[in-house]
Amino acid sequence: MAYIIRRIILLIVTMALVSLITFAVFQVMPGDPIRIMLGPDADEVQIETLTKKLGLDQPLHIQYFDWVGGLLTGDLGQSIRFSKPVSELVIDRLPVTISLTIMTLTLVVLVAIPLGIFVAKRKNKLSDVVFSSVTQLGMAIPSFWLGMLLILYLGMNFSFFSVSGYVPWSTSIVGALGALLLPAMTIAIPQIAVKFRYVRNAILEQLQLDYVRTVRSKGITEKFVMYKHVLRNSMIPILTIFGLITAEVVAGTIIVEQVFALPGIGQLLITSISYRDFPLVQGIVIYITFVVVFINFLVDILYSILDPRIRLS
Amino acid sequence: MQSPQVNKEPSTKALEDQLLEVNGLKTNFYIGKGKVVQAVDDVSFSIRKGETVALVGESGSGKSITSLSIIRLIPSPPGKIVEGSIRLEGKELLTLSEDEMCKVRGNDIGMIFQEPMTSLDPVFTIGNQIAESLMKHKKLKKSAAYKEAIELLKIVGFARAEEVIKEYPHQLSGGMRQRVMIAIAMSCNPKLLIADEPTTALDVTVQAQILNLMVEMKDKFQSSILLITHDMGVVAEVADRVLVMYGGQIVEEAPVRDLFIDTMHPYTTALLKSIPNIDVDLKRLDSILGTAPPAHDFPRGCRFAARCKHVMEKCLEENPTLVEIKPNHKVRCHLYEHQGGLYSE
Repeated sequence: MAYIIRRIILLIVTMALVSLITFAVFQVMPGDPIRIMLGPDADEVQIETLTKKLGLDQPLHIQYFDWVGGLLTGDLGQSIRFSKPVSELVIDRLPVTISLTIMTLTLVVLVAIPLGIFVAKRKNKLSDVVFSSVTQLGMAIPSFWLGMLLILYLGMNFSFFSVSGYVPWSTSIVGALGALLLPAMTIAIPQIAVKFRYVRNAILEQLQLDYVRTVRSKGITEKFVMYKHVLRNSMIPILTIFGLITAEVVAGTIIVEQVFALPGIGQLLITSISYRDFPLVQGIVIYITFVVVFINFLVDILYSILDPRIRLS
Repeated sequence: MQSPQVNKEPSTKALEDQLLEVNGLKTNFYIGKGKVVQAVDDVSFSIRKGETVALVGESGSGKSITSLSIIRLIPSPPGKIVEGSIRLEGKELLTLSEDEMCKVRGNDIGMIFQEPMTSLDPVFTIGNQIAESLMKHKKLKKSAAYKEAIELLKIVGFARAEEVIKEYPHQLSGGMRQRVMIAIAMSCNPKLLIADEPTTALDVTVQAQILNLMVEMKDKFQSSILLITHDMGVVAEVADRVLVMYGGQIVEEAPVRDLFIDTMHPYTTALLKSIPNIDVDLKRLDSILGTAPPAHDFPRGCRFAARCKHVMEKCLEENPTLVEIKPNHKVRCHLYEHQGGLYSE
């Protein structure tokens, strides 16, 4: 329990720092948002009025606390480009990105872990060597290109897949799956190619340890040695890696949403940057960092469930 | 120092008295580039029911590999049992399928390892790890297995057994973990307990407790013990009979009293001399000069020749065979060959 409380405090501190850094970055960025909003023909009076209206004439620390206060109440400010509240825009796009992220992570977990176990059992045999070379390939392929290949070979040949656009889950589950599966594969394949090696190595490392010999000496069959003892112990290092993947997957959605024309957060981010829509960019950055920090928090909590040495120390 | 049963009983005691018979066991390790390590080379010995046999020798002499060969847990690859026979109550273990062997491990043969700190699975409770054997071999239900686990923990000396079954290995000290290991090894009432340096990693005070506990458990469950150690003090305390290993071979085999009084092999003599003795005022502790030959490149002759004080020309040419010089006392050394083998006095 003390462990979880410590993690929660750490989560709050991290989020406070993230908000501070995000705020500071947008202060030092070149370009005056007021002038961008009003265009080149604006006169001084207009500029002054809008500056006052948006509170930008206040001292920085007041601006910061106003903004953080807004964050806490879910008010991320007003988008300049869309003239809508930022939170509304983000929430509109959220289901797409969250679905894509979850689907990608599921694919990675469902393929990388069994593949890692399979290869670990065949250490130094042909399949181990073949799959290990695949790692190099997976690391080398850029995701936009992989996305295009998938569109070309799977998307064009099977009507199940849609290669562009999004169908909400509420409209059609099959439609949503068809729209998300190719983009999810695009992000997942390079991740799987690299991460199953980590799973393999984690398992092989565990197999070297003394406790495995003890379990075997008890007459426990190899199946139980692997799936009860070794896998459970390997989950601790594997979890660390999957915590890191999540950040990479969230970053991956930004590019892949462009390739597959998915109306998600990533697409919104790129639009907002090209329009210098600072409140929106700021809101999205905060949202993305929050997701990553929160997932790391979840990983920490999972650690304590998996490892009694953490839970009870 | 006692060795009651062995000296009383003749060596030709009926065969059904034998629990374990190891014959011509050869275990090799293939370490690449065509190199073969003969970790265990033609080892034969037997253990009677109720007997405690010590297997002694320095690191790398092949004693641990011998014990792991018996329960067939040689890391493979690179290790492989290439020859020989291991019979437990007449049943050949080397030809059993892996599934059948799993029924022998933990059930007929229990094992305790050297490193209590790392030998238990860190993420499962003590109760879970004891109950695991009971559920597998005695086919107990979970609740019954946990009840039995509590009983076992009480037997191995835990006053608060009900709490300990819910604890994790990292919450226990080394000595306590070794008690847990003993509880696991004895859980299914094995006929043979193999203890691979069970006290080496423990404090001196705890060592004696663990040894006593093992002997107690042996008597209670009427098991035999194969005790692997390099500590001659431990041997003197608990063993009935001793096997001395060097370079993957047995070089001397004798009842414990005989080994200490009438030591034959120069290696055993050296081994005994390296024990500190309070009555002898030595400036330096005796150690055996040199190191053991590499196991992938044994010399043609006697494997101990390079370090032996009594080395003769013949020793460099020809590896001696293990010969019974007196009843129950065998030695592998050219020094005793003129005695013509069996019982020539």
